[in-house]
Amino acid sequence: MRVMVIVKATKNSEEGAMPSEKLLADMGKFNEELVKAGIMLAADGLHPSSKGKRVRFSNGKKTVVDGPFTETKELVAGFWIWQVKSMDEAVEWIRRCPDPMPGEESEIELRPVFEAQDFGKEFTPELRAQETRLREEMKRRS
Amino acid sequence: MTGTTRTAIEAVWRIESAQLIGGLMRVVRDVGLAEDLAQEALVVALERWPETGIPDNPGAWLMATAKNRAIDQLRRRQMLDRKHGGLEAERLSLTPAASFEMEAAIDENVGDDLLRLILIACHPVLSTEARVALTLRLLGGLTTEEIARAFLVPEPTIAQRIVRAKRTLAEAQVPFEVPRGPDLSARLPSVLEVVYLVFNEGYAATRGDDWVRAELCEDALRLGRVLAGLVPDEAEVHGLVALMELQASRFRARVGPGGEPILLLDQDRSRWDQLLIRRGLAVLARAEALAHPLGPYTLQAAISACHARAWTGRETDWKRIVALYDALVELTHSPVVELNRAVAVSMAFGPAAGLELVDALVEEPALRAYHLLPSVRGDLLAKLGRTAEARTEFERAASLAQNGRERALLLARAEACETAGRS
Repeated sequence: MRVMVIVKATKNSEEGAMPSEKLLADMGKFNEELVKAGIMLAADGLHPSSKGKRVRFSNGKKTVVDGPFTETKELVAGFWIWQVKSMDEAVEWIRRCPDPMPGEESEIELRPVFEAQDFGKEFTPELRAQETRLREEMKRRS
Repeated sequence: MTGTTRTAIEAVWRIESAQLIGGLMRVVRDVGLAEDLAQEALVVALERWPETGIPDNPGAWLMATAKNRAIDQLRRRQMLDRKHGGLEAERLSLTPAASFEMEAAIDENVGDDLLRLILIACHPVLSTEARVALTLRLLGGLTTEEIARAFLVPEPTIAQRIVRAKRTLAEAQVPFEVPRGPDLSARLPSVLEVVYLVFNEGYAATRGDDWVRAELCEDALRLGRVLAGLVPDEAEVHGLVALMELQASRFRARVGPGGEPILLLDQDRSRWDQLLIRRGLAVLARAEALAHPLGPYTLQAAISACHARAWTGRETDWKRIVALYDALVELTHSPVVELNRAVAVSMAFGPAAGLELVDALVEEPALRAYHLLPSVRGDLLAKLGRTAEARTEFERAASLAQNGRERALLLARAEACETAGRS
């Protein structure tokens, strides 16, 4: 299964404070372990929300909202995508992760990524028909 | 932390077991004994951790526990040895100094331990089946039951395979030194074969309730990535990882809602997994940079990459695929590869050119009962408007097909030829 591992933002990360040399080194070592174990699929860190934008959908209207955004603890500061056997394994890896925001309280959230088998019942006949049409259309065009 | 669940301990096991067994094996020089010691440490963890919580460094804890067991056993055996003047301790290569050596040896070059374990589990002295079972058990951290379910065989069969494999390894007295340079390269094909076989076993699983089998793809990919980290200069390891990443990227698109297989050119490419494609292409670049000339896995990955890069079937670089198949035929001399090459030629240069090559394969004994030969031939004949001949070929292909779904598809194509012929 795949898990998205989300590092939540903090006051410092939102202020654009760069990680210390020690944290960078520790994180580099941890990332190396993840790669060696064959579970790391992707990883990236994000700029503070002051550089971000939101697009709000409401009754068909779209409004662009510029950052920064206030609810710091709910914001995302970075993420990994891992391939693991279970959520427990992902948790066990996080226990080995260096504190991503030393000196502050922070959270890492783990969310399983939808897999094909999760769609079993929700993959309705209508959706299937749509899929088939799409496939035929692509075939016709190719 | 208290109240640690069994599943959390199993997760630790999944992460630590291969290194643990590998580290122990370096010291006791017996894969069966190393696994027993590791398992004993796991049993102790299962007893204690629910009370104490998982220790901060569970790997070191398990290793220390296993080590103590090993030293206990060593002392017992030495006592027996002294009593009976036997050779038991020698069989285990444990000298009186071994306990000190063990202290020093642990934590030293973990990478070598893992590589040694992989090479032993995939040792050519073992049958392919035995290598697969042993590798999944020792490197993948799978239980015997999980392996049995994935390969659709009874659990005792797998258990026996593993026991016998360990015995074979002990009897053959395989060397435990990690080979280097050309010797290492020579050992890798038997490892890559196992990894790819595990992957294909998972890839062959098509139904939703087959998820245990489909997970074998993830197990194989993980093993492949681990291996690529251990022997980063070996082109074919990267080639195999690239091939698996690229094939796995089509996992969601290759089966229809009813479980029917969807051919590559008919797949909805928007469902291809772009993350895996990106990874596959990056690893392939690495393999191509290291290889001279390209090996069979790298060539197959390069062919797969041609498809991955094309957003539609029409945009596929068929001429490059033909060139890659030329090289692959040269390497493998496999008639099946030649048949694939003929298909690529027909896409690049038209059905007539492809048919000429297929016709040359008709007499090939290895393809006599292979349903894809008449199936490909029928397809090319149909494209050339020779519908009556095409129909005969599709019917012949249907009579040779093992899979019911495929047979139905081929009979439908035969029928379609008849309709086309009449109009």
